[in-house]
Amino acid sequence: MSNLSYTDGKLRTILNDCKTIAVVGASANWKRPSFFAMKYLQGKGYRIIPVNPGQAGKKILGETCYANLKDIPEPVDMVDIFRNSNDAYGVTEDAIEIGAKVVWMQLAIINEAAAEMAQNAGLEVVMDRCPKIEYSRLFGELGWSGINTGVISSKRRKVGRK
Amino acid sequence: MSNNKTSDNNDFGFETLAIHAGAAPDAETGARSTPIYQTTSYVFDDVDQAASLFNLQSFGFIYSRLTNPTVAVLEQRIAALEGGRGAVACSSGHAAQQLTFFTLMEPGDEFIAATNLYGGSITQFGQSFKKFGWHCHFVDPVDPENFRRALTPKCKAIFIESLANPGGVIVDIEAVAVVAKEAGIPLIVDNTMATPYLCSPFDWGADIIVHSMTKFLGGHGNSMGGVVVESGNFDWAQNDKFPGMTQPSESYHGLVFYETFGDFGFTMKARAEGLRDLGPALSPFNAFQIITGTETLPLRMDRHIANARTVAEFLDNHAKVDWVSYAGLKTSPFYDLGKKYLPKGPGSVFTFGVKGGFDAGVKLVEACELFSHLANIGDTRSLIIHPASTTHRQLTEEQLRASGSGPEVIRLSIGLETVDDIIRDLDQALAAT
Repeated sequence: MSNLSYTDGKLRTILNDCKTIAVVGASANWKRPSFFAMKYLQGKGYRIIPVNPGQAGKKILGETCYANLKDIPEPVDMVDIFRNSNDAYGVTEDAIEIGAKVVWMQLAIINEAAAEMAQNAGLEVVMDRCPKIEYSRLFGELGWSGINTGVISSKRRKVGRK
Repeated sequence: MSNNKTSDNNDFGFETLAIHAGAAPDAETGARSTPIYQTTSYVFDDVDQAASLFNLQSFGFIYSRLTNPTVAVLEQRIAALEGGRGAVACSSGHAAQQLTFFTLMEPGDEFIAATNLYGGSITQFGQSFKKFGWHCHFVDPVDPENFRRALTPKCKAIFIESLANPGGVIVDIEAVAVVAKEAGIPLIVDNTMATPYLCSPFDWGADIIVHSMTKFLGGHGNSMGGVVVESGNFDWAQNDKFPGMTQPSESYHGLVFYETFGDFGFTMKARAEGLRDLGPALSPFNAFQIITGTETLPLRMDRHIANARTVAEFLDNHAKVDWVSYAGLKTSPFYDLGKKYLPKGPGSVFTFGVKGGFDAGVKLVEACELFSHLANIGDTRSLIIHPASTTHRQLTEEQLRASGSGPEVIRLSIGLETVDDIIRDLDQALAAT
């Protein structure tokens, strides 16, 4: 178990500033968590770019899939990693190389060496979290399922929007 | 999995959380009190959005058997008060227990529970659970090692009450949590009698907390409700005991709850499969009542404890009283455990033994004029019952003794009335025995 801690402010800034998210380990199978997360984030207005060598050249959720990060012909703000913790290091190296601003590793994915490398290169790093879950936690929908969002506010706001 | 309580806001105090957690002004109207969303169902934007909801790919509302906006506020409120990751509310405390074990267990599985439990729980675990193929081993909780001795390879959980109903027994939660942790199974704590204001089982190593919200959380004796809270700290993949969490769910297209939802996977499974298929949804109106109750929980509990302490001391010195089992009395064998686990005070429900046994017990409850003779606890009103003739009458003589409900036992739930009036009523009723 990790004791990673990220402030709501940091996560809100990342989710507000990033527009284009490359998803490494993107599955074309609608039953897989990576597909869920991409579909959800796409629905919230993010541009999703799937990365998976097995699906390269094909479309997932209407977007062209690439074999690796370096093949993506446009700027990427965030790299979301659905690979195991060991593989996350190489993906992080690529993320730095393509000029991504954020490396985000999914639930149970933790690679401290990769995190240190990315931070030294000026990137923001989040590990052992899911951007779909954090988006829905911070912007209201996760609480609909009885999850403790930790958010307290006396302001009236639209649920599920930034 | 890590603990995801990463809010900037997690330093709010208990009283603030009791009023605000989970609730926000209504997005459409600005209504500040939580609206009662008295609806069965919710329109879909389109077929694709409906499919995402049914597949658990997005969070939202389908049908109030699963989720409801009013109920969700209460769920977040209780999860926050317990310091948990998520919660599922349901129609009663018994439903919360049913939901918990339905989510954990497979047919043929076993678990261990304390003998000192609410009588209804002993019957539910010992009798009705057999129909699901689940077997409960009951052990005396006073020695935590009894739980270890009762472990079998098929045991999937340990269940205790933080403050036992009705015996006044306080279990050494931290010691039992060690036994559960070493066995790789969750410790489930019924925190009903203590409430999160008095006791924080997650801080002592519990993994799941259940409540009858009918009692102090609602607090006014007007609404049934139950809730299951998940700490988010249990590693379901540490062994092969919990295939329901770590293997594909046949009823959700092969979705794996722990992989997909991480540290709130248990909550999602309890809702998506348990509430869906067992059907014990909490009504939005009851949720509203209990939400209102939680807002004054700290104030009420302080007064409940102050009154209970005064009444217990009065009874302890009464000629017609044999003994008083209240962990707040220095003579109680549970006094030290009470100081550790319930530092503000050991609740307001306790038992005493009336001289004259079963017959005196019956006369006493029937002679009360202010105390209400009924089968509940945790009301604003003071309540009295003779367990042997009522709540615990399904139990055998041996079970009665083991659960702390012998023939001479009277259970009190001390309310919020003027304490002198409470004492005067007991005094005149004791005179009638």
